[in-house]
Amino acid sequence: MMYIIRRFILLITTILLVSVITFGVFQILPGDPVRTMLGTEADPTQIENLRSELGLNRPLYEQYTDWMKGLLTGELGNSIRFSMPVKDLLFDRLPVTMSLAGLALVIVLLISLPLGMFAARRQNKFSDMSLSTVTQVGMAIPSFWLGMILILYVGLQFSFFKISGYIPWTQSVAGALSTLVLPALTIAIPQIAVNFRYVRTSILEQVQLDYVRTIRSKGMSEQNVMYKHVLKNSMIPILTVFGLIMAEVVAGTIIVEQVFSLPGVGQLLITAISNRDFPLVQGIVMYITVAVVMINFMVDILYSVLDPRIRLR
Amino acid sequence: MSEVDTMKHIQRYMKNINLIIGLLVIIGFLIIMIISFFYTPHDVNSMNIPQKLRSPSSDYLFGTDEFGRDIFSRIMKGTQTAFAVGLLTVFIGAIFGILIGGIAGYVGGWIDEIFMRMMDALMAFPGIILALMLVAVFGPGIVNTAIALGIIAIPAIARITRSGFVQHRDTEYVLAAKLIGVKPYSIMFRHILPNISSQIIVATTVTFATAMLAEAALSYLGLGVQPPNPSWGRMLKDSQAYLVGAPWYTYAPGGAITVLVLGLYMLSNALRDFIDPRSKA
Repeated sequence: MMYIIRRFILLITTILLVSVITFGVFQILPGDPVRTMLGTEADPTQIENLRSELGLNRPLYEQYTDWMKGLLTGELGNSIRFSMPVKDLLFDRLPVTMSLAGLALVIVLLISLPLGMFAARRQNKFSDMSLSTVTQVGMAIPSFWLGMILILYVGLQFSFFKISGYIPWTQSVAGALSTLVLPALTIAIPQIAVNFRYVRTSILEQVQLDYVRTIRSKGMSEQNVMYKHVLKNSMIPILTVFGLIMAEVVAGTIIVEQVFSLPGVGQLLITAISNRDFPLVQGIVMYITVAVVMINFMVDILYSVLDPRIRLR
Repeated sequence: MSEVDTMKHIQRYMKNINLIIGLLVIIGFLIIMIISFFYTPHDVNSMNIPQKLRSPSSDYLFGTDEFGRDIFSRIMKGTQTAFAVGLLTVFIGAIFGILIGGIAGYVGGWIDEIFMRMMDALMAFPGIILALMLVAVFGPGIVNTAIALGIIAIPAIARITRSGFVQHRDTEYVLAAKLIGVKPYSIMFRHILPNISSQIIVATTVTFATAMLAEAALSYLGLGVQPPNPSWGRMLKDSQAYLVGAPWYTYAPGGAITVLVLGLYMLSNALRDFIDPRSKA
């Protein structure tokens, strides 16, 4: 329990600091943010209106506490470019990004786990070494280029795939898959490469432990040693990596949505930045980061439940 | 020789291969960069519309882009951008990372707590999100991109430096230095820092690689390096419109990024094995 409380306090501190950074960064903008947003030819009354609308004529701490209050209630002010609440814009785009990230995560797990096990069981054999080499290349390829190559060699070769745009799940499952599989694969491949290495190392570390020698010497079959003992125990450290991968997958959607013209949160963020729509940028950054922090918090708690030793540290 | 012995030989060989290939790649790109200051086969920015989107030939090694510019020359010039952003990022990340991590680790107490919680908060942002937010504030361009990526690189280097300082601050040589009255900053940066510099160097090679990938990503999104400066990421963005008709256009910059980043990864792996032999197991 102490551990959970400590982690919870850390969670709150992190979210607070993240909010201070996200809020503070936009205060160091050179010059007048309102003037930058409206352009140089804006007339003074327009500037004054926007300034009071955004609350920029009030003290900084008041602006911050207001913004934080909004954050807690889900109201993050209005987008300048779209003149709509940031919340509504975000929720419009969320299904696309969530489906993309979810599908990518499933692909990562489905491929990297068996691949890591396979490599670990064939440690230092040719297949293991070639997999390690291939995954190194997988980590070095920029994801957006990978997406372009997938478009060229898969998307354009098979009529099933749509290489741009999005079809909602509710409309057609096959349609959604035709728009999401390639981008999800693009996000997944570098993460498969990373996770593959963790799975492999984690299994190899377990195999060295004394209990494995004991159960082997008792005559347990290699199959049972692997699946009943080693695998279960080696999945626990991988759980922490899972949080890391979630963050990378979410970050990956931002770029890959551009490659495949998917109307998700990433595309909204890029539009917001290009239009210097700062309330929208702040809102998106804050929500994505808090989501990632929360996922990591839950992973940590789950970890401490599965491996009670961690609570003592 | 048993199979195990053979495999051990191959493993040792592979380690060297990592080092050799990594070094060759980086030196190769460095040479290309130096040459590009004096010479490129064609002018980097001069447009030649009749020659647009030509496939690779002896005259245009990697073909031409949609304005008839020589892709090979632009790739050469692009190494300058890649190295400039990479080096500046590492420089900013290392200076502030070492300062913050060093002070936190050496002084300890609540200063340590405050500094490291700040670093945790910076690390809580997914890298690209923080980069995009900072670029939104600073504006695009080579220097601004490097500043944004440098800030992102600080926490990782600070953590490594801190753990090194924590390990060393109570050792006998530090105590001896304290007893003869060496000033704290001198103990920190003349005595402890050289002892942990190898770990920091490994961390900076990884930073270099991720900075190059991130710069390419930002430039691809149109928020990083701006034209007419040739950037590989920007070239990839431009090439996407001609993916079908001119696939060579996308291969050159994509391949350049991948090979250089791969070389840096291989080098950092090899360095890590040299410095920390335990990780060999």
